Amino acid sequence: MAVNRRKFLKIGGASILAFGAKPAADALGISPTEWLDEKLGGFTIPETLLHLFRKPAGSVAGEALTAKRWAMVVNVRALDEEIAEACKEACHRVHNVPEIDNPKHEIKWIWQEEYEHVFPGQQHEHVDEALKKLPFLVMCNHCFNPPCCRVCPTKATFKRKKDGIVLMDMHRCIGCRFCMAACPFGARSFNWIIPWPRAGAEEERRFKGKEPPTPDYPTRAKGVVEKCNFCAERLAKGQIPACVEVSQELCKKKGREPALVFGDLEDPDSEVRQLLRLHYTIRRKPELGSHPNVYYIV
Amino acid sequence: MYDGGKIIAGIIIGLLLLTFPIWYGLGRAAPKPDVKVPVKEKECVEPKAYMKNYHMQLLDLWRDSTVRVAKRSFIAFNGKKYEMSLQKTCMSADCHARKTEFCDQCHNYTGVVPYCWDCHIPPKEEPKRKPEEKH
Ligand code: SF4
Ligand code: SF4
Repeated sequence: MAVNRRKFLKIGGASILAFGAKPAADALGISPTEWLDEKLGGFTIPETLLHLFRKPAGSVAGEALTAKRWAMVVNVRALDEEIAEACKEACHRVHNVPEIDNPKHEIKWIWQEEYEHVFPGQQHEHVDEALKKLPFLVMCNHCFNPPCCRVCPTKATFKRKKDGIVLMDMHRCIGCRFCMAACPFGARSFNWIIPWPRAGAEEERRFKGKEPPTPDYPTRAKGVVEKCNFCAERLAKGQIPACVEVSQELCKKKGREPALVFGDLEDPDSEVRQLLRLHYTIRRKPELGSHPNVYYIV
Repeated sequence: MYDGGKIIAGIIIGLLLLTFPIWYGLGRAAPKPDVKVPVKEKECVEPKAYMKNYHMQLLDLWRDSTVRVAKRSFIAFNGKKYEMSLQKTCMSADCHARKTEFCDQCHNYTGVVPYCWDCHIPPKEEPKRKPEEKH
């Protein structure tokens, strides 16, 4: 088929537009997809249209805790077994995380880990024995540059633009486990089994055996990945994360400095920034460049 | 025609088997859905007709808004404000407190099995008493 003049001009025009877009975007220092992402604020296009045509949705100002970049400081010296266990218990209770004995099927949002596993790069043969025995609490680091989000093919896991929390959208997770392979911290767990089995009969669908501890938070289905969400659902209600709350209560009772502190890293007056000024802090595997937002005072 | 009888018998048996679902279900239509609407709350978050046709789109909007952009409240058509939550708002005690008498009625009738309840926790319903357990 011969290309007539009209068609040639059309193709030419389209090509100029297409190739011209790149230098233009480069000049702005932002890629078109990033620009679109920012404009849509997490929604994809059809969702945005829906959003425009339906009633306005918003969160109430003053009700939620907000920050530019949430971060946590873990003061390991103020931790002990009891506090660490209480943190885990609180987190797993408010998020309906099941207790599964089989370590292959285990789900963990926050747990105790040994020094040499938390800071493998810092490990040497003469590390203080006392340090090795401390209960290091680990969870998702809500990395500033999260590798887990880059590999997710469905954007089920994403970094929330406004406050840097790395979240999971269970509705979108297809269970490919790329994120688990990408996360250098083992922060993610896969649901190999149905965590809270329901009775078989369709019309009944009651929970069988153990019930999930809270009716306010959803459970998960078999075949999705889950992890700590920095208590995004509690922040929305103006509450600090469950683990932080529990640890601070216990530390107060024991007359210690708070073991876990949560705050805005971008706010120079926040509690976390004050702690970072006062103490020498380290992060997990900084050499990988994921920029964790969880800091440790060792 | 060789084996005419066998062929005809075969065809008849085949036809009977093929049409089995039709005559087996004859006169035994599934009961019509019997949807119980909340007594206490008179209005939903959108007019009834809209909810009937588009509740799935609304729920999709709710979930994306809550999970992805952290906007968690919804201004209803009558100006009231609601938290966008399936478990805490839709299925609250004053609204659709019984999933079996609301969602399940139409969904079972039409054979639509959404996977909401794989994760979301349906409200507790006391099990229906069997007639023999009167004491
Ligand atoms: S710790 Fe792992 S799961 Fe959490 S944001 Fe970083 S890479 Fe992702
Ligand atoms: S921040 Fe919330 S979700 Fe994360 S470990 Fe603490 S309690 Fe669990």
